[in-house]
Amino acid sequence: MAEVEESSKPMFAGLSDISISEDIPVEGDISVPVSSHNADNDFSTLDEPVKDTILRDLRAVGQKFVHVMYPKKSSALLRDWDLWGPLILCVTLALMLQGGSVDSEEEGRPQFAEVFVIIWFGSVIITLNSKLLGGTISFFQSLCVLGYCILPLTVAMIVCRIVLVGGSGLVSFVVRLIVVTASFSWSTFASTAFLADSQPPNRKALVVYPVFLFYFVIGWMILTFSPSQ
Amino acid sequence: MANTDFHLQFQDFEDGQGFTENNQDATTVSIDDPIKSRKQRKATGNAFEEEDSDDKTELLSGQKKSAPFWTFEYYQMLFDVDSHQVKNRIVGSFLPWSGKNFAEVYLRSNPDLYGPFWICATLVFAIAISGNISSFLVNYGQPKYKYVPDFRKVTMAATAIYSYAWLVPLALWGFLTWRNRKITSLVSYSFMQIVCVYGYSLFIYIPAVILWIIPSEGLRWCSIVVALCLSGSVLVMTFWPATRADKPRISIAIISAIVILHVLLAIGCKTCFFSTYEMDSSKVHNEPSTATNTSSTKAN
Repeated sequence: MAEVEESSKPMFAGLSDISISEDIPVEGDISVPVSSHNADNDFSTLDEPVKDTILRDLRAVGQKFVHVMYPKKSSALLRDWDLWGPLILCVTLALMLQGGSVDSEEEGRPQFAEVFVIIWFGSVIITLNSKLLGGTISFFQSLCVLGYCILPLTVAMIVCRIVLVGGSGLVSFVVRLIVVTASFSWSTFASTAFLADSQPPNRKALVVYPVFLFYFVIGWMILTFSPSQ
Repeated sequence: MANTDFHLQFQDFEDGQGFTENNQDATTVSIDDPIKSRKQRKATGNAFEEEDSDDKTELLSGQKKSAPFWTFEYYQMLFDVDSHQVKNRIVGSFLPWSGKNFAEVYLRSNPDLYGPFWICATLVFAIAISGNISSFLVNYGQPKYKYVPDFRKVTMAATAIYSYAWLVPLALWGFLTWRNRKITSLVSYSFMQIVCVYGYSLFIYIPAVILWIIPSEGLRWCSIVVALCLSGSVLVMTFWPATRADKPRISIAIISAIVILHVLLAIGCKTCFFSTYEMDSSKVHNEPSTATNTSSTKAN
């Protein structure tokens, strides 16, 4: 045993002589792989015509719309998040829910500001909820996903307004009910598909329920919309 | 031989147990790590020992819930529940088994804010939606009536419910703490536990409110009574041990105040949001009385 300990001493003694900062040279290149976005950022996007800038952003937004309408488990929405799409959808929905005419009938109908506040405030609260429950998604990514998944409900709103032009009897109500129910379940399903991976597995139901409630309330506002004569 | 090899051999720790015990001082990259390692333990343990592993992890890791209240971690500790725990708490809030104290059995020093917050939010929207549906159904046959969704019901309901769910526990907690200085009682509740109990006790109102859509007075009063009995008894059984040691006059006063406020909330919601006939809206009520006036002008 003694000789084993003796032989072990020089082995470990040698280790203590190494000081990393002097003996091992540390040099090299640190290069961050830049994506095509960053490469363009510095000088070329300032000179390009405004039409190109706007079209590029619109194209990115449109691509995300496609991702929402056919929700596969892709990370495109999470990786390149932006808030333009949610803003466009939210403003469109709020404008259409307002009815477009200002008269005394308006006292009970949700105002533009109320719809706007519900959508954004609701998204913020759901994001906070999922972060408090231990989700790993970032704040703006979650806002982005929730905002983009309002797209089916906006489409349903457009369809409902078209149906309401035809009349507002029982048949149109049933049609609107079916359309709104389908689109609200599509929204919930789409946002769950994007958000599910970032949650701890035993709390998924706790995170999905507020999303369900959020889209249910928006769907309710769409369903009960009645145009003023 | 064994000594040298000990350091070089791969040591197999158990799933998460040895890791959290031995590496208390391990470098942590983010503040979230202690909570993540608790979750890893929970994910690997079975559902059978979920409730016990709560207490065990607290004792073993030595982490007390003592983050200051302005940090994010403090609130993260208040959301440290799993789906089935929430489900159990909800079921326990309206099924009062005799002798079981809700706070003792279900909360066990792990009160959460998830349940109270989202139950109140659901109740607010349920009241607003059911109120709109019921007023629509009542006035369906009348020719001159044009249905306008009344959005102000949401804001009124939100104010009423959230103030009930936060101010009443605050008052109760203040009163119990004040009495506790004079009389040492066996059980004392923290503020979060009282908020939690009140929040979960509101759950039974959600199906009751949905039942109120049907415009039949008898059914509405029936459902109110049933809901009140169930959740009221859970509240009483929770707070009775805390006030039992006090003078009988004061303990009875507290218990009856709890029950009366609960009753007032239910009746107030029913009267403000669900008027069956237009003459009902002329009834003056203690709670938001301005709401009664606006609902009567709207019905015309």
